[in-house]
Amino acid sequence: MLRYFIKRVFTVLPVLIGVSMLVFGFLRLIPGDPATVMLGERATPENIARVREQLGLNKPIYEQYFIFLGNALRGDLGTSVLRQEPVTQEIVRRFPATIELTLGAILVALVVGIPAGIISAVRRGSWFDTVSMLIALTGVSMPIFWLGLMLVFFFAVSLHVLPTGGRLEASSNFEPITNLLLLDSLLRGDFGTFLQALRHLALPAIALGTIPMAIIARMTRSAMLEVLSQDYIRTAHAKGLKERTVVIRHALRNAWLPVITVIGLQVGRLLSGAILTETVFSWPGIGRWLVDAIYTRDYPIVQGVTLFIAIVFVGVNLTVDLLYAWADPRIKFE
Amino acid sequence: MSHQAQVDQVLLRPPRSLWRDAWRRLIANRLARLGMAISIFFIVVAILVPFAFPYDAKIDSDLVNQLMAPSSQHLMGTDEQGRDVLNRIAQGAQASLGVGLGAVSIAVVLGTLLGLVSGFAGKWIDLVMMFVMDILLAFPGLLLAIAVVALIGPGLRNSLLAISVVSIPVYARIARSTVLSLKEQEFVTAARCVGAPSQRILFRHVFPNSLSPILVQGTLGIATAILEIAALGFLGLGQQPPYPEWGAMLADSVKYLTSGAWWVLLFPGFAIMLTVLGFNLLGDGLRDALDPRLRID
Repeated sequence: MLRYFIKRVFTVLPVLIGVSMLVFGFLRLIPGDPATVMLGERATPENIARVREQLGLNKPIYEQYFIFLGNALRGDLGTSVLRQEPVTQEIVRRFPATIELTLGAILVALVVGIPAGIISAVRRGSWFDTVSMLIALTGVSMPIFWLGLMLVFFFAVSLHVLPTGGRLEASSNFEPITNLLLLDSLLRGDFGTFLQALRHLALPAIALGTIPMAIIARMTRSAMLEVLSQDYIRTAHAKGLKERTVVIRHALRNAWLPVITVIGLQVGRLLSGAILTETVFSWPGIGRWLVDAIYTRDYPIVQGVTLFIAIVFVGVNLTVDLLYAWADPRIKFE
Repeated sequence: MSHQAQVDQVLLRPPRSLWRDAWRRLIANRLARLGMAISIFFIVVAILVPFAFPYDAKIDSDLVNQLMAPSSQHLMGTDEQGRDVLNRIAQGAQASLGVGLGAVSIAVVLGTLLGLVSGFAGKWIDLVMMFVMDILLAFPGLLLAIAVVALIGPGLRNSLLAISVVSIPVYARIARSTVLSLKEQEFVTAARCVGAPSQRILFRHVFPNSLSPILVQGTLGIATAILEIAALGFLGLGQQPPYPEWGAMLADSVKYLTSGAWWVLLFPGFAIMLTVLGFNLLGDGLRDALDPRLRID
């Protein structure tokens, strides 16, 4: 087991090096001089020279890569060209917003998706099953930014029950600690801010959580159906156990694994989706920052955020893999 | 009827190929039929509408009729420049479907080829190719597409390229895994024994076996590609104004969200959802039809 863990962790290293090369090459692949592209045609020669110096474009390419890699390993992802802020510092400041959004979405997906899948499987063919699978099917086919916009239109613009975007009211002068606002407001004992943050999180989390919710519901249903048809379930029924006990204690336990895998597979979708959701809801996370940086051609930010998201993605996938191996003793290693 | 006559009757039946069987199963599936109908409808719209109703996006505006609610004249209302939303959606089908089908075709051809060669050649070729694929898969799909477009510049053709690059690894992996599972089987050894050259073994014996998973994945991939092109369009990285594209139309609608113009928001998104749903249903149906072992119900 431990050997499998170590081996699996080591297979990730070359991938990460490859990822860093690709992201490094990214800036160098831009047609023309990156400094000129970023600053525009009317930039002064001094400014261009300054940016070239800052990006280290005057050195040989392999040396540039090792400087880039060395800096990245020390947590330095470069400096924004336009605002001169260190990229890492901004990521640290903004990433908690993305985490909060993503966790909210996962929560929505699990809380609705799993029970819906279980009930659909147990009452297979019922109207509940038909309706929820129909919703799940349309859910996976929906562009999330469209869903987000419709939620804003309905709940914020028409009904005025929830805010249109942002994380807190503009008038709020709350001082975050970790920038996970729900946590921070509780830590400070500021219940008003907690509710405010929750109200702001509701729509983006639903928008981002819908696709994973649909997929999890479908997966839970099919995994449960497979388990429910097995002999030991019939035995459990024959022993006179309550339906509830059979479903939760006997069936669900064995239906978990495919569901866990699917949840893990959704992380990439959530990270991509966060870029869109943050744009719709003016959510100040790293996704919206990335999009803004693309508009302003601030390539060090694009580079830094892309590398960062890829590392997070690889890390999460690795964790899911290891968890999976740990949770299912039937999996043979090698 | 004598025994021999019965046997003859069976022998006289026209041979039923695997594909014909699969087609029958597909047609028997209600949801798959629905998906096929939706997909064909949008493909027909994408091909015929720009042909039957030539549309010049550059001169299309009617400033008198801005943001008109749906009426008998404009079934889906008009947008901020007085353009008919229904017409723009129908004209925009070409962009979405074109990119969806185009990107998937490129990715399928390149991916399959890479996967087949990689799996068949083995050794360091396989190692290097799969390493590159692993690196591409280390990025969430849309993020990589966004990065590629940021690099080569926005626009419809560049989005098509970006989306195909992003989807290549999926097909490469499928093709490679078929090769690996078939490489050691008797019929491949037999072909080699009679002196068949590598290409022939690869393309005549191995490749047909990877067709059905690739067909299923490709159909589902069209759905994903349509969502991705819409997302790029929405972020302003895909189709550029004034040309119609569903995602870009939604991006325009954001400005009028507070003015209550729901029709510019509802209809383009609905078109995306319906098209994607169509290809998803068709893909699910194909999977059930092509691999009866996987059927749940």
